[in-house]
Amino acid sequence: MADDAIRCDACPVLCYIKPGRTGSCDRYGNYEGKLVRLDPHVVLDRTVERGDSVVPFLERSRDWDGTLVSHGETFVTAIGAGTTYPDYKPAPFIISSQVEGVDMVTVVTEGIFSYCGVKAKIDTDRHLGAECSSVRSQGEAIGHVTTSEYGSQMLSLGGVRHLTGGSRHEGTATCDALLKLCNGSAVELKIDDGARVVVQAGKPPIVDGVQEERMRVGCGSATIGMFAKQWFGKIDEVVVVDDHITGVLSEHQAGKLLGVPETGIKLRGRRSTPGRYFQVADPGTSWGGTNVDDPLSILGKFSAKKAWPGLRLLMVSTTGEHHAYFELGEDLKPHERELPANLRQSVARIKENCEPALCTVMFMGGAGGSLRAGVTENPVKLTHSVRDALTRITCGGAPVYVWPGGGITFMVDITRMPQNAFGYVPTPALVAPIEFTLKLVDYSALGGYMESVRPLSSVVSHQDGRRRVTARTDNPWPLQAEARKK
Amino acid sequence: MNRRLQMRMLPDGRRLHLHDGPIDLIVEAFGAPQAVMAAYRAAFERFETVLDELCSELSFLRQPCVPESKWPCGRVARRMMAATLPYATEFFITPMAAVAGSVAEEVLASMTAATDLDRAYVNDGGDIALHLNPGERFTIGMVERPGGLSLFGASRLRFDDPVRGIATSGWRGRSFSLGIADAVTVVADRAAAADAAATIIANAVDLPEHPAIVRVPACELAPDSDLGRRRVTQAVGDLSCTEIDEALSAGVLAAERLRRVGLIRAAALHLAGVTRVVEAIDRLKLFEAERSLVHA
Repeated sequence: MADDAIRCDACPVLCYIKPGRTGSCDRYGNYEGKLVRLDPHVVLDRTVERGDSVVPFLERSRDWDGTLVSHGETFVTAIGAGTTYPDYKPAPFIISSQVEGVDMVTVVTEGIFSYCGVKAKIDTDRHLGAECSSVRSQGEAIGHVTTSEYGSQMLSLGGVRHLTGGSRHEGTATCDALLKLCNGSAVELKIDDGARVVVQAGKPPIVDGVQEERMRVGCGSATIGMFAKQWFGKIDEVVVVDDHITGVLSEHQAGKLLGVPETGIKLRGRRSTPGRYFQVADPGTSWGGTNVDDPLSILGKFSAKKAWPGLRLLMVSTTGEHHAYFELGEDLKPHERELPANLRQSVARIKENCEPALCTVMFMGGAGGSLRAGVTENPVKLTHSVRDALTRITCGGAPVYVWPGGGITFMVDITRMPQNAFGYVPTPALVAPIEFTLKLVDYSALGGYMESVRPLSSVVSHQDGRRRVTARTDNPWPLQAEARKK
Repeated sequence: MNRRLQMRMLPDGRRLHLHDGPIDLIVEAFGAPQAVMAAYRAAFERFETVLDELCSELSFLRQPCVPESKWPCGRVARRMMAATLPYATEFFITPMAAVAGSVAEEVLASMTAATDLDRAYVNDGGDIALHLNPGERFTIGMVERPGGLSLFGASRLRFDDPVRGIATSGWRGRSFSLGIADAVTVVADRAAAADAAATIIANAVDLPEHPAIVRVPACELAPDSDLGRRRVTQAVGDLSCTEIDEALSAGVLAAERLRRVGLIRAAALHLAGVTRVVEAIDRLKLFEAERSLVHA
């Protein structure tokens, strides 16, 4: 073959694969002239502090004498472990190691999750789209906009209906987007009748081409509550402009308590409770997540009975990004003036209290009966054992949150997992690592595959195809945490 | 023992998923619980060697099928040859055009030989082999195009219908296509026959030399493709209504010929949101709106 194609020997089809393309299975590809499986087996290594978290393993770079192993310093993750028909066979790797004198077993498997998805939290006040709107990737609906949370918009992506309940294309587009998100890559999402947003775990969202900087400190009303004391005496009126609840100092409970006098201000929008206004404008990408460019446009006329010439008014957005200072003239109309020095600090403090806006990607999946059957002959016992906290579940070595209730449904922050921990099968479904760690005696008691348990040294001494990564110090060590508990 | 092979029950606990190299099967059998288990075991045992068998004569199976072609050895390969031979005199086709349908058919045959099932299907990436006992039926549904959600039609297959195979082909699918159809779905007496016919009809839906169609020699994308230097469709730009009609008509003509000689029972051709249907059997109403799917 007179080109740069390479031959894949993963299966007897022996595809010739061009650079940047995959073989007929879609699972092995030619990446810069090398045959790559998307998911090499990953071994978490605790011996080095977390530098940039992932260090590719080089076979001869270390001298393995087993010392580290006996100290429980190596944990085998499930990434790339494979899933040889778990209904009938034990999981591919069932490994024992000793931790603080307790024989621990880690059952390492890769789950094929048709029931899985991503909950994405997008830190922004900008309007991304109406609740229930479809979220699209490659033109296909892959999820929907769900609730707004404090300073954030939640997206629900994937799930079995998009993966296998719709068309093949919808499934492929969904799987593709989930895989990229879970492996830490950026994905551009388009929301029906809404924004175009680039989502990447741990990075600021990019909404309609503009990178988000800060999350608001609170809604407009909350901001009044937080800063009322700092404003008291320095200013007569403050309006915190917010798409959700715009706050007005003199009418707000916090202002009342301090004895701030009425100012005769009039707000557009719908009053909720005193000093709190809904819908002062339409959602948008300007002042406080509204479409307001001129803040005075949300004010009515000041009441002649209550307002007075010289009244000092501060208008500020919930992130402090926008602010303007006015004084009322003899005509009781606001005229913009330079912000006095003693107020500059409070505006700066609003800004300071706004955290950096980020995207959070949580993988959520359910360990089905067949996956559990790879761990024990009596799968329900594994569920019970997880409930009773005898068995710890990790995902690529990262801690997970297991939902209360039936089954084993868990969530994991993908930024705490090693890179490229996820793979896929053309079903389409995501392949995610999952490890069950428990005491050897407990494993035996719940009907584990005792004859398949093998010592850790047998895994780490056969280095072919293993990738060693540095453990992250901000993750609890999967083995030690378990040992400490008992 | 085949180490690559994966086998598991899908989360619904009813369907079996078999995976080896590029082959992905979703299998479901209906009947007495013990019969279903026996069928799944048979499917797994048969499936275990399928890829190795195919690969042992892969270079032969990638050669164009001509009337004087020799017969391959493997059972799946022979199904492929049988399904593609009818086209050998007139069209370019290789036995690989029927590989998915043939694998589905073979695995299904192993299940029905092992035990008595009410009904069963083997779905190989959209190419489906069906089994029905007297009194049983399947409802099959079709989506308008690979990107669409809505089911445009469903048809009820009963024991006395001759249809036991369904296949879909088009340039948007996993295999290369010489034509521009988004999808051509064919129902035929056997899955392998449906697979080969879908390929031929999808190739026929075409506008040769149209500037909005991007075609690339298959070997530039996959050096060992059975299509060699033949130019396969990689993108289809905007087409006028007349052009869509022209392309679909070419496909309908091909499909109608295949239907008249008995190679297929019906076909639905989709291009740019337009669907044309070729069918004869009164019973096979492709436009009944029913929501039930035989696919993974």
